Amino acid sequence: MIKLVQHTLQRELTLAYRRRADLLNPLFFFVLVVSLFPMGITTDLDKLTEMSGGVLWVCALLASLLSLDLMFRNDFEDGSLEQMLLSSAPPQVIVLCKIFCHWLVTGVPLTLLSPLLSIMLALPGHALPVLMASLLLGTFSLSLIGSIGAALTVGLRKGGLLLTILIMPVLVPVLIFGTSTVQAIVLGLAWPGYLAFLGAFTAGAFALAPWLTVAALKVSVCD
Amino acid sequence: MTKLAVANNLFCERDDRILFKDLSLNITQGEIVHIKGPNGAGKTTLLRRLIGLSWVVEGDLSWHESVSESGIRPDGHRFWYLAHRPAVTLMQTPLENLAFAVAMHQADVSEPSLWAALADVGLKGFEDVPAHSLSAGQQRRVALARLYLNLPQIKLWVLDEPFTALDVQAVSQLETTIESFAEQGGTVIMTSHHGLHHTSVRELHIGAAA
Amino acid sequence: MWQLFVRWFHKWSSPKWFYEMSKPWSFWLGWAALLITTTAIIWGLGFAPVERLQGNSYRIIFIHVPSAFLSEAIYVTIAIAGAIGLIWRIKLAYYVAKICVPLGMSMAFLALATGAIWGKPTWGHWWVWDMRITSMLILLLLYIGLWALHNAMERPESGDRAAAILALVGVVNIPVIKFSVNLVTTLHQPATLKFTEKAPMHISMLIPLLLSILGFYLAFLALMLVRSRIEILRRERKAKWVQQEIEQLGNR
Repeated sequence: MIKLVQHTLQRELTLAYRRRADLLNPLFFFVLVVSLFPMGITTDLDKLTEMSGGVLWVCALLASLLSLDLMFRNDFEDGSLEQMLLSSAPPQVIVLCKIFCHWLVTGVPLTLLSPLLSIMLALPGHALPVLMASLLLGTFSLSLIGSIGAALTVGLRKGGLLLTILIMPVLVPVLIFGTSTVQAIVLGLAWPGYLAFLGAFTAGAFALAPWLTVAALKVSVCD
Repeated sequence: MTKLAVANNLFCERDDRILFKDLSLNITQGEIVHIKGPNGAGKTTLLRRLIGLSWVVEGDLSWHESVSESGIRPDGHRFWYLAHRPAVTLMQTPLENLAFAVAMHQADVSEPSLWAALADVGLKGFEDVPAHSLSAGQQRRVALARLYLNLPQIKLWVLDEPFTALDVQAVSQLETTIESFAEQGGTVIMTSHHGLHHTSVRELHIGAAA
Repeated sequence: MWQLFVRWFHKWSSPKWFYEMSKPWSFWLGWAALLITTTAIIWGLGFAPVERLQGNSYRIIFIHVPSAFLSEAIYVTIAIAGAIGLIWRIKLAYYVAKICVPLGMSMAFLALATGAIWGKPTWGHWWVWDMRITSMLILLLLYIGLWALHNAMERPESGDRAAAILALVGVVNIPVIKFSVNLVTTLHQPATLKFTEKAPMHISMLIPLLLSILGFYLAFLALMLVRSRIEILRRERKAKWVQQEIEQLGNR
C-alpha cells in the first residue's frame, strides 16, 4: 500500500511538472482578478482593508475551481482512470493521493502568493499568518469537495462550467468560514473559533470525499 | 478444471436496441475465450460487464472465489485488463507507464524485468522517450508490455482488441504469447476480429448473427 | 415482520405495481390537496385577522411558509430516494428523485419570490442577506445543479446515479450551510435578525397556516405520483405492459 501511495504521488507530481503551463493559469487568474477589485470598487485603503479577506478568499476559490476540471480529465481520456478503479488497492487511496497532489500544486501556490496580494489590498500585517493558515486549510477542502464534482463531470465533453455550477453552492461554508476568520482578526475579534470550524469542515470532507469521488468516478467510467 | 466464471441470462440493451439476450457463458481455467461478433454487437460491453465496469448488462454473473471479490469484480491483482483506451499516459515514458501499471497491482517487479518486458515488445531504445512521440502501434505496445512481465499472481487476461494497430510480426508474437500463457494454466478472455488457431481457443459468437 | 416489510418494499419497487397502485392515490390526493389548499388560502386571505404590526402584508405567509417548508422536504426526499437507488439499485427510486427536482426547484423559487414581496413592505428592501433567505438561495442553487447535471448526461441512467451522488453531497451539507450562513449574517447584520423573530401566532392565523402547509404537502404528493407515472411510461417504454397502456391511453 505504501508503495502504491509513493508511486501515485510520484506520478502525479511528475505529470504536474510536465504540464506546468496548465498550473500557472489559476495563479495568473488569481493575481489578475484580485488586482481588478481595487480598480472596480475603490482605491481607498481603509475600505480595501475591510474587504481584503473576502476578496482574497473569493478569488482563491474561483482560481482553484478553474483547475479542478483537469484533476481526472487526462486520466479519463487515456484510460488510466479505469485501471485505477480496477487496482488491487482500494481506489479511494489513489483518489486521495490525486486530491493531495492537486492541493500541492494549486492550493499551496495560491497560499504562497497571497502575501503579495494582501499587500495590494492593505491587509494588516498581523493578519497575514492567519490568512495563510485559513487558505491552506480551505484550499485543501476545496480540492477534496471539488474532486467529487470533477469526477461527476469528467465524462462530459464540456464539463468545466457545469462543474462550477455543481460545486459552488457546496463550497459556501468554506468561503464563509475562511472569510470570517480573516475578517475577525482584521477587526480584532476572536478568530480561532472560525479557523476551528474550517478545520472541522475540512476533516469532514477528508472523511467523506474519497468515497463519494470513487462512486462518482464509477458513474463516469462505467457504461 | 476449475470454472472461473459462470454467467447466465445476460441481457444487454442499448439505445433502444437489444444487443444480446439469454446469453450464457462459462469460463474454465486454462482456456482462451474468444468473443466474436460484428462491430457494435456488444463485445466490449460484455467484456466490461465481466470485470465490473458496465451497468447496462443485466443478468447473473459469478466468479470463482479465488477470483471474485464480493461477486462484483475479480480481485484486482489477479488480472490484466487491456482496454480500448490503452491507459498509456502520453506525458510519461514507457518505463514510467509500465512501472505505474505494476504499482497499481501492488506487485514487486525489479527494474531489469521492466526493461526486459519493454524489449520483448520491441521498444528497446524507446524506454525513456515520452510516449507522445511514439507511433500509435508503439503506444499499443507499451500497454502490451504488461503481458510480458510474467507476474505469478496474475492468472487472467482480459483483452479488448489486443491486435489493433500492430504489424504482422507483432501480431504473431502476441498470438504465441497468449497461447503459451494459456498452456501454463492462464485464462484469456478476449475480443478480436483476428482468428486464433489453438486447441484451447473457444469461440463465442454474439450479436446480429445469432 | 421484517420479511413482510421486505416483500412490501419489493412490491413498491416494481414500476408496474407502482403505476397501477398510484392511480387512485394520485386522484384522491390531488382532490384533497386542491380542497384543503383552496380552503386554507381563502381563509388566510379573507377571514384571518389582520396582524397588529404588519397589517395585511403578513398574509403572504400562507404561501411563503408552506413553499419554504416543502422545498427543504423535497430536497431530503430526493437524497433519500437517490440513496435507495444507489444502494438497492431500484430504478423507481431514481425516477422519483428525478421528477422531484423541478418540483423542489419551483418551491424554492416561490419561497424566494414571496419572501422578496413580503420583504419590501416589512423591511423596506426586496432583498436582505438574512440567514433564511440566503440559505434558501443556496438551496435553489443546489436544485439548479441537480437539474443541470441530469440534463448534461447523455444517458439517463448515468444522470440518475450522478444526481443521486450530488444530492447526497448536498444533503450532508445543508446543516453546515445553514450554520455557516447563520454565522456570517449575524456577524455582519445583527439588526436584521430582530425582524425575523416571530411573535407567538394567534390561533386564528395558525389554523389556516397549518391547513395550507398540509395542502401543499398533499399537492406535492399528488404531483409526485402523477409525474412519476409519466416518467415510468417514458423510461419503461419498451416494456410490454407500458406499450399496451399507451395504446389504451391513445384510444381513449
